[in-house]
Amino acid sequence: MKRVGVFVCHCGVNIAETVNIEEVIKSIKEYPGVNMAQDYVFMCSDPGQNLITKSIRENKLDKVIVACCSPTLHESTFRQAAKEGGINPYQLEIANIREQCSWVHPDRKEATRKAIKIIKSMVEKVILNESLEPVKVPVTKKACVIGGGVAGIQAALDLADAGHKVVLVEKTPSIGGHMAQLSETFPTLDCSQCILTPKMVSVSKHPNIKIFNNSEVVDIDGIVGNFRVKIRKKAAYVDPDLCTICGDCSDVCPVWVPSEYDRGLAFRKAIYIPFAQSIPATFTLDIDNCLGLSPIACGKCREVCEPKAINYDVYDTIIEEEVGAVIVATGFDLYPVEEMAEYGYGKYPDVIDGLMFERILSATGPTGGEVRRPSDGKVPENIVFIQCSGSRDPERHNSHCSKICCMYTAKHAKLYKHKVHHGNAVIFYIDIRSGGKGYEEFIQDTIEKERVTYIRGKVAKLFQEGDRITVWGVDTLTGQKVEIQADMVVLAMAMVPGPDSRELIKKLKLSTNHIGFLSEAHPKLRPVETMKAGFFLCGTGQGPKDIPESVAQGSAAASKALAMLSSEYLHHDPDIAMVIEDYCCGCGICVSVCPYSARVIDTAEKIARVEEVLCEGCGSCISACPTGASQQKNLTDSQIFNMVDSILKGV
Amino acid sequence: MKIKYYPGCAQKNSAVNFEESSILAMQELGVELEELERWNCCGTVYSMTQDNLMLQMGAFRNLLRVEEEGENKLVTMCSMCYNTLKRANSFVKSSEKNMKKINDFMYKENHQYRGTVEVLHLLELLDKEIGYPKIKSRVKNPLNGMKVGSYYGCMLVRPKEYSLDSRFEDPDILERLLDTIGCKPVDFPYKLECCGAYQVVSSPDMVQNRTYKILMSARRAGCEALITSCPLCAYNLDQMQEKTQETFTDFEGLPVFYFTELLYLALKSQWLKNWNKYHNFDILPILREKKILGELVL
Repeated sequence: MKRVGVFVCHCGVNIAETVNIEEVIKSIKEYPGVNMAQDYVFMCSDPGQNLITKSIRENKLDKVIVACCSPTLHESTFRQAAKEGGINPYQLEIANIREQCSWVHPDRKEATRKAIKIIKSMVEKVILNESLEPVKVPVTKKACVIGGGVAGIQAALDLADAGHKVVLVEKTPSIGGHMAQLSETFPTLDCSQCILTPKMVSVSKHPNIKIFNNSEVVDIDGIVGNFRVKIRKKAAYVDPDLCTICGDCSDVCPVWVPSEYDRGLAFRKAIYIPFAQSIPATFTLDIDNCLGLSPIACGKCREVCEPKAINYDVYDTIIEEEVGAVIVATGFDLYPVEEMAEYGYGKYPDVIDGLMFERILSATGPTGGEVRRPSDGKVPENIVFIQCSGSRDPERHNSHCSKICCMYTAKHAKLYKHKVHHGNAVIFYIDIRSGGKGYEEFIQDTIEKERVTYIRGKVAKLFQEGDRITVWGVDTLTGQKVEIQADMVVLAMAMVPGPDSRELIKKLKLSTNHIGFLSEAHPKLRPVETMKAGFFLCGTGQGPKDIPESVAQGSAAASKALAMLSSEYLHHDPDIAMVIEDYCCGCGICVSVCPYSARVIDTAEKIARVEEVLCEGCGSCISACPTGASQQKNLTDSQIFNMVDSILKGV
Repeated sequence: MKIKYYPGCAQKNSAVNFEESSILAMQELGVELEELERWNCCGTVYSMTQDNLMLQMGAFRNLLRVEEEGENKLVTMCSMCYNTLKRANSFVKSSEKNMKKINDFMYKENHQYRGTVEVLHLLELLDKEIGYPKIKSRVKNPLNGMKVGSYYGCMLVRPKEYSLDSRFEDPDILERLLDTIGCKPVDFPYKLECCGAYQVVSSPDMVQNRTYKILMSARRAGCEALITSCPLCAYNLDQMQEKTQETFTDFEGLPVFYFTELLYLALKSQWLKNWNKYHNFDILPILREKKILGELVL
């Protein structure tokens, strides 16, 4: 005979006011298998926990029920107490008589009856509980960071500084991300490259960090703590160790290509370095635009390269890295201007997006920092900025607020006024969202000191006539239509996840919201974890955010990964799926329904198995299993039937 | 190929040239436009009140006629008719409740509408069913050298759910047709702006203002003529030119064609004298200047 002890909590009056505790105790005491039942005003208090520990020892209990609040609150508290009492913690179960009973029922008599039923059913469950041990797995002390923008850089540096090896995978030739393209940063107007490049250098010099540029993650398999990351590295025709960045190759290259770094406002060669401070510091040969690797086709760059750094006889390689944790920092793209029908589908050269304007403002940009418009190089005397282009427009474009546009548009207008003193700057806005340290002051300064005109309203249409752009908008504060003749228009385009990162995220089976931004495990309490164990997120891949927030999130993701990497073993809840091998027919339905990739087919035995470390105990496979071979530990079919029997008894 | 067409009121009155040129041009392309045996008003602006089923009845009854005559395709050349018929059609097709309710009103009819009709604009027929390349191969008189702006107005592309061109902010179905018949299409920013529509009755000043803006914008862009597919637009842009001149002294007009007139001219190298009287701004000088007038017939 099992010896079950039942402890009923009053929770002050939270339970006791609605549930007649005395009656519950009396009824439970008589239930088969129950050895003792006792109540206490606050079970979770220290004396309450001691009561459980002491009773287990004195009454030689082997199973315990605590009837109290939801297990999400105190299950671990009481299981710890059970362990101290000398029994396996998984021999303790919670009967929730607060959230599911006393709080939701006004009738004392009925609530009492229900509380008794809940407790009795849990007694039935616990009687068949097995003693379980947490699943233990060793940890590979290395992390992979996907994306070399400022968030990924910060995460990589924090992990590396803590002594762990880091693999940093970057799709483009250089790390730095969009931040490397910016001119100055709000609200302090410090030069973006000046603050970013030291961090980039630290990454390149760090003995613990290995950068894979021009590389993409192809696949990640394995389990938390032990992932295998497959990386495709594009052929490096220029050996970074030999390249002296002299630029001779670029000088002789006959091919001009619109520069990605300058967002098409300037041209680069087919062999190029994206920007002076690129990391890794080496030229890159863009094979898609190169005339051909054969010396017959061109081969000029190899001829002139003195250190003999250029070798055409190399190929793409697939590299495999074993890591314990993955940080996804895939970043953003701007919503394409070509989607903006009302603003001309991108057909007007002087209607540009915010990042292009950053390049125009930047000292390293195509105009050397002078504000000149793309079409004819004239200094724009009248400039219009349109906030929320493609954002906050659920009917046509994106529903979300891109968060940083209010600030960077104010910065754009301010920098424009610094450079073109006599120019007129007009900003169309829906609302000004300037929540952040020093942000509101920055906006006020732009309005009051720089005399930038803010018009509350949207722009309905843009079109070019002659060399000017007509802007039709509305001032919603006065209700008047507004028509402005502008020399140049800057659209604060929505931030969205780029097509490549969307594809990668899909491949990694990470969940996203409807726009494609990565979903965090809990929007408030687990902001940098994903629903997939061992995957963490940071930066604008999770949602629009500014530099300080991206950096903070990078550090946060690194610290979460560190907590995992710093222990020798990972412990995992053991109340997960298991397979009764004799029943399993190997149909594989469980594999297809498992959202965590925790179910696999053992091809040798032709049965399904559970990767215990991956299983989150969601129960999908158990309900899908046609033979009953898949069972949840400590929530088997027999336990559920007994519970149902007990609840229905005497109905 | 034979296809039922819905003429609409203007084609029998102020835009006879539109109907005639449509029928003739389609004949050249081997398509016989067969007028619906019975038809009534398309409902015009009234049917755009989507919360009032009663106002959809005009358009609906025409669709019912098509089924009754055993057809399932209806083509129309007028932008307004196209819009009202297409909207009424999708309004009843999208909801069984609407379909039943409006059919119930038709108790005196011998037929209940089942929603099998597809409403096409003549431009869709030209672009999607016949195909511009085929039309190009039939062009006898390429209208080379004439710079023409396409004036869409609102009814072809608004609301966007009923637009005949997915690029509703910058459609090009007319420009591509112009290119097909040899003209040089000219883009101008006012090509989608409202012509003032029925306001011409109550506020002619407003329409003069619109005519001024639209035509001057087209002139600035280098247009020598405009084409349209809407009799109301044509009326406002063409017939109002003299009054606009009185108000705006710097105003200069432009010839306004229906797209089918130029299509027929290109296909058959013929211009019907009868059409001249429907044009306020004399269209002959430009056609002569460009040496594309072809044969003038009665």
